[in-house]
Amino acid sequence: MLHQKALITKVEQENFKVKTFHLDLELDAEPGQFVMVWIPGLDEKPFCVAGVKPLRLSVAKVGPFSEKMHELKKGDFIWMRGPFGKGFELKGKKVIMVGGGYGVAPLRFLEENARKKDIDAIFIMGAKTCTELMKKPKAKILNVCTDDGSEGMRGLVTEHLEVALKEKVDCVYACGPERMLVKVLEICEKAKVECQFSLERYMKCGFGLCGQCSCGGLMVCKDGPVFTGKELRGNSDFGKKRLDASGKGIEI
Amino acid sequence: MLVKNLLATRLGKSELRNPTILNSGYLGVNSDALIRAAKMGAGAVTSKSCGQKPRKGHPNPTVLQFGDVIMNAVGLSNPGADEEVPEILRAVQGAGVPVIASIFAESAEGYVEVAGKISKARPAFIELNMSCPNVQLEMGIPFACDSRSAAQIVEMVKDTVKTPIIAKLSPNVPDIASIAKSVEEAGADAINAINTVGPGMVIDVEAKKPVLANKVGGISGPAVRPIAVRCVWEISRAVEIPVIGTGGILTGRDAVEMFMAGASAVGIGSALHYRGNESFKLICSEIEEFMKKNGYSKLGELRLEE
Repeated sequence: MLHQKALITKVEQENFKVKTFHLDLELDAEPGQFVMVWIPGLDEKPFCVAGVKPLRLSVAKVGPFSEKMHELKKGDFIWMRGPFGKGFELKGKKVIMVGGGYGVAPLRFLEENARKKDIDAIFIMGAKTCTELMKKPKAKILNVCTDDGSEGMRGLVTEHLEVALKEKVDCVYACGPERMLVKVLEICEKAKVECQFSLERYMKCGFGLCGQCSCGGLMVCKDGPVFTGKELRGNSDFGKKRLDASGKGIEI
Repeated sequence: MLVKNLLATRLGKSELRNPTILNSGYLGVNSDALIRAAKMGAGAVTSKSCGQKPRKGHPNPTVLQFGDVIMNAVGLSNPGADEEVPEILRAVQGAGVPVIASIFAESAEGYVEVAGKISKARPAFIELNMSCPNVQLEMGIPFACDSRSAAQIVEMVKDTVKTPIIAKLSPNVPDIASIAKSVEEAGADAINAINTVGPGMVIDVEAKKPVLANKVGGISGPAVRPIAVRCVWEISRAVEIPVIGTGGILTGRDAVEMFMAGASAVGIGSALHYRGNESFKLICSEIEEFMKKNGYSKLGELRLEE
């Protein structure tokens, strides 16, 4: 699959470091899947799909590529190929979504789908501080928290999850900093609840060949980026190690 | 009664449970990924090429796929020999199949240095990647495009380490058999053919830019298989040492074709895209099925008669 050109039709400012781009391109993508975005002459990076109809990508300003993305405006073009990878699988009648920082993006898309299927979702979202919170989903039950208490409850999303799990749910979906995901897995295992996680790694090929995104031997681009708790249990890299561009292991 | 393993093969002193070998540059960035490939069913696994120093490789896009073509210009990204040694060691201890450590360098002395370090991890083989077409701007024409350079590297590495050596050759030469002959005379224990073809170029006409950041990249995938089969056939007629046939093998039938051309084992890479993680197992069972159906009792019998 080669790249398709996509027109930017709208740019939403989510918070001071995240913008969501609306694109004039039809893409049959599931929540949790990703696309490789190419800016000709610069680089190509993976971004999770934040929604379809219209296609949306949420981009946090974290490096030279995303800085360039943030300069783009309505009417500009980007190139992309995808969707790639395995997305979230909605299960049961009642679920919980736990999003940390910009990890909220694919879960908002998942929550839209859950509503269409009449699955009840409790949405827990958090950030370090109020200026880093993403826009809120339309979920019926929404818990917002910040580490410093500047908006919503003071505390971590995982503390909210422990409270929410006093009720029986069918599955927990999480995306965010990997240390948060490790904690979510621990909580879900204790509560004996199924869970799915979306991971992030530096990628090259995007379709399972080069090995660059290895997480303890799992290829995040093809085996994931969404993994079940069962798949991640005992994984030596989960929450601990990622590979840099040279393939060297770096502590998370 | 003992059931004979039809797929057992030898590569020099190494016994392989089956003749499928994970190619260098596919999955094998570290020990975890090499062990995973062994679990998928590979008969041996090859690590991603490692050099003297850490290298980030080229920016993205680095790997493209369309139709029967896979193109790459990853650009020899690797963490450097010092980081690689413990990874190879863990793979050797954990994979349960022979581990082939691929190395590259910018000079013969560089190969000697990297081979010396890597040999301490005791891989079954060291594969000399002398044929990467994606770094020509920095490193010049690959050593495997010249008989004398290729032979010199093999000879110098053989003088330094006891580990058996595989020379990985380039198809982008007028006479691959003469290069194979030179590396055999220099002491190579096996040959792997072919590295990627070309390089080639793909231009995005809307962007008016080459798609690969390196502009050009080596071509692999099923599209290059006829070239690989011809190269392996020419090499195996010219040398006595075993040949690993590599290039676009997706099925057992493709592997059988390579054995008929003279290969003792086959490299598997693009199949992982076209047929997924089950590729090794599928290819093995298809080879076995073909052999049983046609009355072959060992892989060696598949070779073409002159």
